[in-house]
Amino acid sequence: MVMKVYGDGMSACVARVLLCLHEKETEFELVPVDLFACHHKLPSFLSMNPFGQVPVLQDGDLTLFESRAITAYIAEKHKDKGTDLTRHLDAKEAVIVKLWSEVESHHFNPAISAVIHQLIVVPLQGKTPDAAIVEENLEKLGKVLDVYEEKLGKTKYLAGDSYTLADLHHVPYTYYFMKTGHAGLVNDRPNVKAWWEDVCSRPAFLKVSPGLTVAPATN
Amino acid sequence: MVVKLYGQVTAACPQRVVLCFLEKEIEFEIVHVDLDTLEQKKPEHLLRQPFGQVPAIEDGDFKLFESRAIARYYATRYADQGTNLLGKFLEHRAIVDQWADVETHYFNVLAFPIVLNLVIKPRLGEECDVVLVEELKAKLGVVLDIYENRLASNRFLAGDEFTMADLTHMPAMGYLMRTDVNQMVKARVNMNRWWEEITARPAWKKLMKMAGFEA
Repeated sequence: MVMKVYGDGMSACVARVLLCLHEKETEFELVPVDLFACHHKLPSFLSMNPFGQVPVLQDGDLTLFESRAITAYIAEKHKDKGTDLTRHLDAKEAVIVKLWSEVESHHFNPAISAVIHQLIVVPLQGKTPDAAIVEENLEKLGKVLDVYEEKLGKTKYLAGDSYTLADLHHVPYTYYFMKTGHAGLVNDRPNVKAWWEDVCSRPAFLKVSPGLTVAPATN
Repeated sequence: MVVKLYGQVTAACPQRVVLCFLEKEIEFEIVHVDLDTLEQKKPEHLLRQPFGQVPAIEDGDFKLFESRAIARYYATRYADQGTNLLGKFLEHRAIVDQWADVETHYFNVLAFPIVLNLVIKPRLGEECDVVLVEELKAKLGVVLDIYENRLASNRFLAGDEFTMADLTHMPAMGYLMRTDVNQMVKARVNMNRWWEEITARPAWKKLMKMAGFEA
């Protein structure tokens, strides 16, 4: 039985999981959840994720939510195939992957998701973006990217010399960010720019990026 | 040589690591980084933690920051010693990870600014943003209802045993329970039961004593 992912490919958090599945060459079924019709807030969905968010993974009897817990599970379960996303063979290397994954969760994600929310999601709700929130979070994001610029001057990827979950977790929101008018935050930092151009051209991401457009389904 | 933890035992993120060390019976040494004088923003500490925060650890040549990554590393490295914090098999570990991620993405994002306003700002002589605190408490109530429901059918967040999913909540919860937010926890039967059980653990009591709080 293949793993089922409940969600929509336009969601950055769903894309995070799909990207992992492609990197691990793992078959899956994407079960559509109509986000515009708020199907992720219905009782039937809440019984899978009480926080009413996508993605949810079902693998046999296991139901999981939280995209980064899902990617960790997939990467561990299928550690012997596809890309080595966790450096599981060495405990010290594995925790460096965890460290930069934590950096994405705690430092990068709050800032970038706030910008994406204002610039992409808020207009879809017929409202005007809050410029102060955008500016505040661009500033925070800039400081995080300064740390990344220095790190990526020493290692090719965030956790070392190979692509791991630490890089992967960043990709979907960064893809949306590069379509806003603020791509300069990445492009003006040579190491971050080189890293971005590398990670967004990976074959696994080229399978996911077509889904990363925010619009209701036309059929 | 024991692992060195750079931080302050009264600060929530270092407490997460100290609690892990105590649960896993790992010897450690705290090297004080004085947050009141912003020592964490100075060049010497920035070499250990480029975001200017605590904690960071040095274990011989091995260096790490991010409290949750540090806790996970030691829980993995010392899997056969002390409390099993990570779950026994892959699917259980995934559930532990899930509820640990819930702490990051739903709980901490609300708990941290509440603690900042109600506990830290007064200590620094700064004004508390009361409007923001009320908004955050309303959102926290929604999250705590989900926890309440979870703990109605599970003794701990990830199932029958105490794991990293519970531990990771404890430092910020400890601070919240010293504010009027404690009413929100006490009003929820299962959350109250869970909090009383996990704070009765010897590791937590030892941490509270180290931090100069009585349990």
